[in-house]
Amino acid sequence: MNALKKFLGLVWMVLGPLAMTFLFIQAVEKVGLTHTDIERTNTILQWGIILFIFLPISLGLMIFGFYAWKGEYEKLPDNSAL
Amino acid sequence: MSETLPKNNIFKVIGASSLGTLIEWYDFYIFGSLAVIIGHQLFPEDAGASALINTLAIFAAGFIVRPFGALVFGRLGDLIGRKYTFLLTLVLMGGSTFLIGLIPSYKSIGYAAPILVLILRLIQGLALGGEYGGAATYVAEHAPKNRRGFFTSWIQTTATLGLFLSLGVIVITKNILGADAFGDWGWRIPFLLSIVLVVVSIYIRMKMHESPMFSKLKAEGNISKNPLKESFNNKANFKMVLLALFGATMGQGVIWYTGQFYAQSFLENTCKLDFNDSRYILLWGIAFATPFFVIFGAWSDKVGRKWIMLSGMLLGIIFYRPIYQMFLDDTDFSKIEQNDVSSTTAMPATAVLIPNTPDSLRTISTKVILKNGASFNKIQTDTISVSKGVLPAKEILKDKVLPTPIFWKFVGLIFFQILLVTMVYGPIAAFLVELFPTKIRYTSMSLPYHIGNGVFGGLVPFIATLIASFAGSTPLSGLWYPIGIAALSLIIGTIYLSNKRDESIND
Repeated sequence: MNALKKFLGLVWMVLGPLAMTFLFIQAVEKVGLTHTDIERTNTILQWGIILFIFLPISLGLMIFGFYAWKGEYEKLPDNSAL
Repeated sequence: MSETLPKNNIFKVIGASSLGTLIEWYDFYIFGSLAVIIGHQLFPEDAGASALINTLAIFAAGFIVRPFGALVFGRLGDLIGRKYTFLLTLVLMGGSTFLIGLIPSYKSIGYAAPILVLILRLIQGLALGGEYGGAATYVAEHAPKNRRGFFTSWIQTTATLGLFLSLGVIVITKNILGADAFGDWGWRIPFLLSIVLVVVSIYIRMKMHESPMFSKLKAEGNISKNPLKESFNNKANFKMVLLALFGATMGQGVIWYTGQFYAQSFLENTCKLDFNDSRYILLWGIAFATPFFVIFGAWSDKVGRKWIMLSGMLLGIIFYRPIYQMFLDDTDFSKIEQNDVSSTTAMPATAVLIPNTPDSLRTISTKVILKNGASFNKIQTDTISVSKGVLPAKEILKDKVLPTPIFWKFVGLIFFQILLVTMVYGPIAAFLVELFPTKIRYTSMSLPYHIGNGVFGGLVPFIATLIASFAGSTPLSGLWYPIGIAALSLIIGTIYLSNKRDESIND
């Protein structure tokens, strides 16, 4: 199980930037499809918010993957004390 | 300390905490339940579908800022205490909800209307970001160690009961005033009513005492000097924050908001169900399913939190598409045979000029009642062109009222989805509380909870509606978002989470 945790850590590290790239491509495509001014403004605003929100989360997923790869989750603490 | 608290005292603690949290959820959800009507009030009349998407975006903005509220108020809660912090969030939430009820419409003040509502919605989101973590922590720190799942599950019922209350107040207000008056000004009443509920809750909360664990920590001079730094700059704690987010709250959030919010939006906007019918279905589903929050919370004290939560995610991944396909199939009245029709009543046709052209739009509305008790309105909007004559448009069937057996089938399908919500949500407060130490618990548990619920969950209606509006998409395409997120969380939770419960959180 620990080997799987470490291997999947690599997957999470790759998944973070992949997800952001996918969202960015989607945003460019959808904004390009809109025609009128107000519709275009709305679409840019909506996708801008989505990218802004998910960027730090994808960064968090990469850090999570890094910790998993380094074996930080091989044994979880027995209690909540630091 | 918490182990010696008398049973009637713990129920007082739960009652006082839950009432305030329930009211905050009520305040937060009336906006979503009235999105269509508010969209008409805040944006130009010709905005069409973009008014709904923009209103859902304002609704979503409240969710997006929840993690920031978690940081601001979580820090405050770990510095000055749980009691005063969630008293403050209650005042902010109640005040902003009341003010939303007073905002003039787009017709009166133009784009200032949506901007003001957006600002108030952001304050609502910040307040909620601080409320939940405080209430869950407060109850958990009073609860006996072997029954933490059971006692915190009462706090977990408040989000769903807040939604129930908001739907109930909306349906009752609309039935008393009638649809026209409600759409015109009556929608403001549920917002204004909030101030009464908040005053009652503030009075009750003022009488509460500080959490015993926090008081002990304070008396010993051991409270955190910088909760944000200790929570997120300490690898041992930060890795647990990330694990809680990706392995639990992210999946829990999308299951919650698909079962209770996207379902309602789908029934109303995609299936074109009658306003009251869609809300009655949800109300019944919630009423039947709510006790299961406590059942799963209590069960998690015996078998652990992990597998109950992850089972809820797995069932959602498997059953969402079949359930929503049934919603579509059973509300497809387009293939009705003439001998199924009991009566038809044609309404007077209306016509409006198309701006800057000599042409006009003619709307013909027909009320159709079927022999099985179902009914709907058939709307046809034709273009009357000066040069080309009448250009007929496709008929739209809306305001559908279901026959009784299908109505109860839908209640069952909603009940099942909320049952999944109770599985993922019932044990999660105890799960989060047990991951983090007392001195930074408020901050540490609030952030993953509100990113999972506020961002991943709260964006379900918005992102799913956006995906469903793409060219080539089907009405079920929007479901790929919650299914994908729940699947990712299920994999991470299965592999990385421990099912072991922390017996002592007094550290």
